[in-house]
Amino acid sequence: MATIARSRAEASAPVSVAMRRRNTRVGVLFALPFLIGFLTLQVYPLIASFYYSFTQFNVFQSPIWIGGQNYAQLIHDPLFWTSLQDTFFMVVIGIPIQLVLAFLVALLLNSKVKGIAVFRTFVYLPTVTPIVASSLLWLWLLNPVYGPINFVWVHLLHTQGPGWFATAAWAKPAMIVMGLWGIGTAMIVFLAALQGVPEQLYEAARIDGANGWQRALRVTLPLISPATFFLLITHVIDTLQIFASAYIVASGGGGPQNALLFYAVYLYQNAFNYLKMGYASAMAWLLFIVIVFLTLLIFRSGRRWVYYEG
Amino acid sequence: MSQRTLAFDAPTIRRHHSRSSLTPALRYLILTIIGLLFAFPFLWMVSTSLKTTQAVFKVPPQILPIPPQWSNYAVAFTQVPFLLYLRNTLIIAVFGTIGALFCASLVGYSLSRVDWWGRRWLLPLVLVSMMLPFQVKMVPTFLIFTWIHWIGTFLPLIVPSFINVPLFIFLMRQFYLTLPFELADAARADGANEWQVFWSIVLPLTRPALASVAIFSFLGHWNDFQGPLIYLTHQNDFTLSIGLQAFQSDHATEWAPLMAAATVFTLPVVILFFALQRYFVQGLAVTGLKG
Repeated sequence: MATIARSRAEASAPVSVAMRRRNTRVGVLFALPFLIGFLTLQVYPLIASFYYSFTQFNVFQSPIWIGGQNYAQLIHDPLFWTSLQDTFFMVVIGIPIQLVLAFLVALLLNSKVKGIAVFRTFVYLPTVTPIVASSLLWLWLLNPVYGPINFVWVHLLHTQGPGWFATAAWAKPAMIVMGLWGIGTAMIVFLAALQGVPEQLYEAARIDGANGWQRALRVTLPLISPATFFLLITHVIDTLQIFASAYIVASGGGGPQNALLFYAVYLYQNAFNYLKMGYASAMAWLLFIVIVFLTLLIFRSGRRWVYYEG
Repeated sequence: MSQRTLAFDAPTIRRHHSRSSLTPALRYLILTIIGLLFAFPFLWMVSTSLKTTQAVFKVPPQILPIPPQWSNYAVAFTQVPFLLYLRNTLIIAVFGTIGALFCASLVGYSLSRVDWWGRRWLLPLVLVSMMLPFQVKMVPTFLIFTWIHWIGTFLPLIVPSFINVPLFIFLMRQFYLTLPFELADAARADGANEWQVFWSIVLPLTRPALASVAIFSFLGHWNDFQGPLIYLTHQNDFTLSIGLQAFQSDHATEWAPLMAAATVFTLPVVILFFALQRYFVQGLAVTGLKG
């Protein structure tokens, strides 16, 4: 994020002490809303939840210090492991499918044909749809008996359609299918990256005798790798926090055999259904550590596969 | 993150458009199939909302509802206190958006147009705030609002927008940096104070960015699920999001009125999108950051 912080100071004579003091006052005053918000709604909650994670706390009584017991208990909590598994399934299986499809759709939409804006709009529109509306809609689209998707499935494949959200085996694939409807944001980022690839590079590759496949592999993919990198990080962070869609399709439960008990759902249940605030805070801090760790891991790996110009 | 990836409005080099071997007809065919795949769920939502109960549970499913049952919309409006939920959602979204505009325009200004030592420190803090996961702050934030007796009111959904919108602060900051400095400097030389410079010279130039902030903030409040779920306790205070979810939990099989409600819930967003597409694209350059 290279930003050129232009200022009057650079252009004119050295700033007087009075001027500097005035600027500080003005700067603080204008930034005051953020300073208040940062301290009360970012820093304090972060520290407090770390403290609560070592306590037993049900809101009505004062927190009781219990040391690392919440963390020890988590290790022996089968639902904790189930929720981790469910969540990592979405990260490991769901994200690659989403990103590959977003990329392919972006490739198709990266053309100058007439009316292309209409097609782009259709792909993007689902991402602004309220999550409650889209989740309920997909619950209905994927209805095993009356849904249109299983109707097509039965007629094309001549086998019984899957139970989707109603069965443990198909609930997460159903989540992934539902998520594919929302690839519009990733598609836009890929599209922007594709449009930034200079034409000359393709021509040079063509002159060197590269075929279409080689051009895609050696020119397109490296040049859009910053976008892929960015999408990978944001998708991993967001997927680890999946909540609303799963909560809605499972009506607040964990779905069949807890197949939809994602980490954030189980965390929410502990906090607000069972009022185990300490336990939930321990879960939150573990999630935070996992997110930081995975982000750093992707950053490190990025050195090997992300190509930056200049 | 390189700026280039996101700034798809202003490429500095000749754009590449894939010169593939697909014939135009084949390309249109594939594009149409994809367009239909993405549009079909919307069609199904509207179609279901106009079906009789028998038609809803008919196999094979029918695409067109004949004759359309407009009464489902009346059912949705009477079974769910829809107008009340709409009012609640609008109150939260409008005041929350005012808050976001207030906070982002002021703090963004401090981080870009005021030459003071703090801005170098604050920018990373804004970016970190954007990335801290919601869950790790959820419990203490809830407790704060419990202590000050705000649970069961709209305040926890509105007030944070006035002090805690890092993404929009960043968006405004980026936009402020693109504006010329000369005019403001001239005004300062003429003796205008910083508030006058901000309010009458710089802020009017940021209308496109303010529009993006307003749209994304409004949408965020309109679509929010987890916030209202945590903070709203009385059914009379419900927003459309949790009102609709509660209705579905209680009436799992009444798909026609449910889809009617979902249609009415979605329609304003779609209209907003088509009316203000320009600002969406503009804001996406930064808010595309948020998946």
